[in-house]
Amino acid sequence: MIEFKQAVKTFRLGKREVTAVNDVSLSVAQGEIFGIIGFSGAGKSTLLRLVNMLERPTTGSIQVQGVDLATLSQKDLRKLRRRIGMIFQNFNLFSSRTVAGNVAYPLKLAGGAKKEVTARVAELLEFVGLSDKANDYPEQLSGGQKQRVGIARALATSPDILICDEATSALDPDTTADILRLLKKVNKELGITILLITHEMHVIQEICDRVAVMEDGEVIESGSVFDTFTNPQHPTTKRFIQSVQQDRPSNALLKEWRAKGGKKLYRVIFKGEVASDPVLSRLTQEFGVNFNIVYGSIRELQEKFFGNLLVSFDGDEHSVNLLIAALKETVEIEEVAVHEG
Amino acid sequence: MKVDWTTFWPRIVESTGETVLMVIATLIFGSILGISIGLLLYVTRKGNILEKQWVFQTLNILINIIRPIPFIIFLVALSPITRAVVGSTIGTWAAIFPMTIAASFGIARIVENNLVGIDPGVVEAAKAMGASPFQIIFTVLIPEALGPLILGLTFVTISLIDFSAMAGTVGGGGLGHVAMTYGYQRFDGSVMLVTVVILIVLVQVAQWLGNTLSRKVMRR
Repeated sequence: MIEFKQAVKTFRLGKREVTAVNDVSLSVAQGEIFGIIGFSGAGKSTLLRLVNMLERPTTGSIQVQGVDLATLSQKDLRKLRRRIGMIFQNFNLFSSRTVAGNVAYPLKLAGGAKKEVTARVAELLEFVGLSDKANDYPEQLSGGQKQRVGIARALATSPDILICDEATSALDPDTTADILRLLKKVNKELGITILLITHEMHVIQEICDRVAVMEDGEVIESGSVFDTFTNPQHPTTKRFIQSVQQDRPSNALLKEWRAKGGKKLYRVIFKGEVASDPVLSRLTQEFGVNFNIVYGSIRELQEKFFGNLLVSFDGDEHSVNLLIAALKETVEIEEVAVHEG
Repeated sequence: MKVDWTTFWPRIVESTGETVLMVIATLIFGSILGISIGLLLYVTRKGNILEKQWVFQTLNILINIIRPIPFIIFLVALSPITRAVVGSTIGTWAAIFPMTIAASFGIARIVENNLVGIDPGVVEAAKAMGASPFQIIFTVLIPEALGPLILGLTFVTISLIDFSAMAGTVGGGGLGHVAMTYGYQRFDGSVMLVTVVILIVLVQVAQWLGNTLSRKVMRR
């Protein structure tokens, strides 16, 4: 659907040359919700703008539905843009137009007949739940309502792709949840492929199928959201994941635990079906070891269970070692280090 | 020699008409020219939809050359061109030509300033929806800046009333001419008073119209 091939984008900032996007190759499949996460300045916003050529790549290519964007004339590019809806962090609604006027705008650009435009606008406002606000002006709306108008406007020309530039970053948590639900509905009911960028890991966790992590213009890690959350490789990815799920107690608490003579702590990770098997209970009984869950959580991720527990074992050293070896066959287990200092 | 008011009123009415004609005609021509130059200035700016550095720089410098010239000097300096274009340097239309030129550069700056105030995100959104540069100008830039633009044009209108009085002193007719010849040179305080009152009323009406219109557009 969308394919980045060794895309590079550099900007001149005075005398300095800044590489915003550095050798990015990614492909977004039809019908998925793909998230790009990174801290500000990671280059994700520029990467997103390559998809509809608001920014042109310095080298490399971007293909959308099999078409290399660099080969398009200005006119064809404008036609293509009608098949790619875009929503923004600050909504970017026209203050001189009503809600209905904003939604009608792309239809008028496309040369729609007045009657059809009116009908389509009504349909879109119904879809985003703002039928009663049709004649209001953007300044009369709340942030969440403005973004709904933005979404309705982006969907007006029935695009195949929706790109979202930090669409929930200016919203409070409740409103964010509303908008994310709406985006999920757009994806599921209309079958629109969504590419979004965010700096909030919970956005990725909540609606994305796949994720790419960006840092300094490069994609440092990408894969399914489940794999990335359960087995992050890069330190930056780990930091993002910790922002939504604290997977260890504070170091002070761990030190206190150690000081009070607490046993060694092990992290046990259950993924998917393993979580339904009472493996911890069964194996500890088999080796005659007691276990104590000290910290952790079992949560739902991408409609699968994901357990992340810190446990200590009470038993003779030999049995504990055998137990750990046996556990390793079905779950992930590792000793938790306590940082000094 | 004082004027005879029983016969002088028609003269005042005629002069007021000339002043109003000068102001309105200049406003129309000056707006067409000024809005075009202002738009060109904005779209050719660095990073904007039709970026062209040399166009921007040329216009920018030209405006900066024309605008500081005091209007009364500009009027005289331009007279050879005025004669070539209008055929005369005396009369209402001969005043409208230099007024239009001077006003259009002022209007260009006002238009540019108001356009710069538009959130670039809105322009980006229009671009992302497949709008052409031409469509962006007429469906985004102008509507989004319309409220402040009307206020800017109101400000210009009031300067034009001032300009028209000056043009009057060098043969342009209108209230300025009457005030100078009868009020100033013949020391007739009553003529001076009447023309000043009429000018004040014209300014009030222009400002009221501008405020009302812009309030309607900006909905506040």
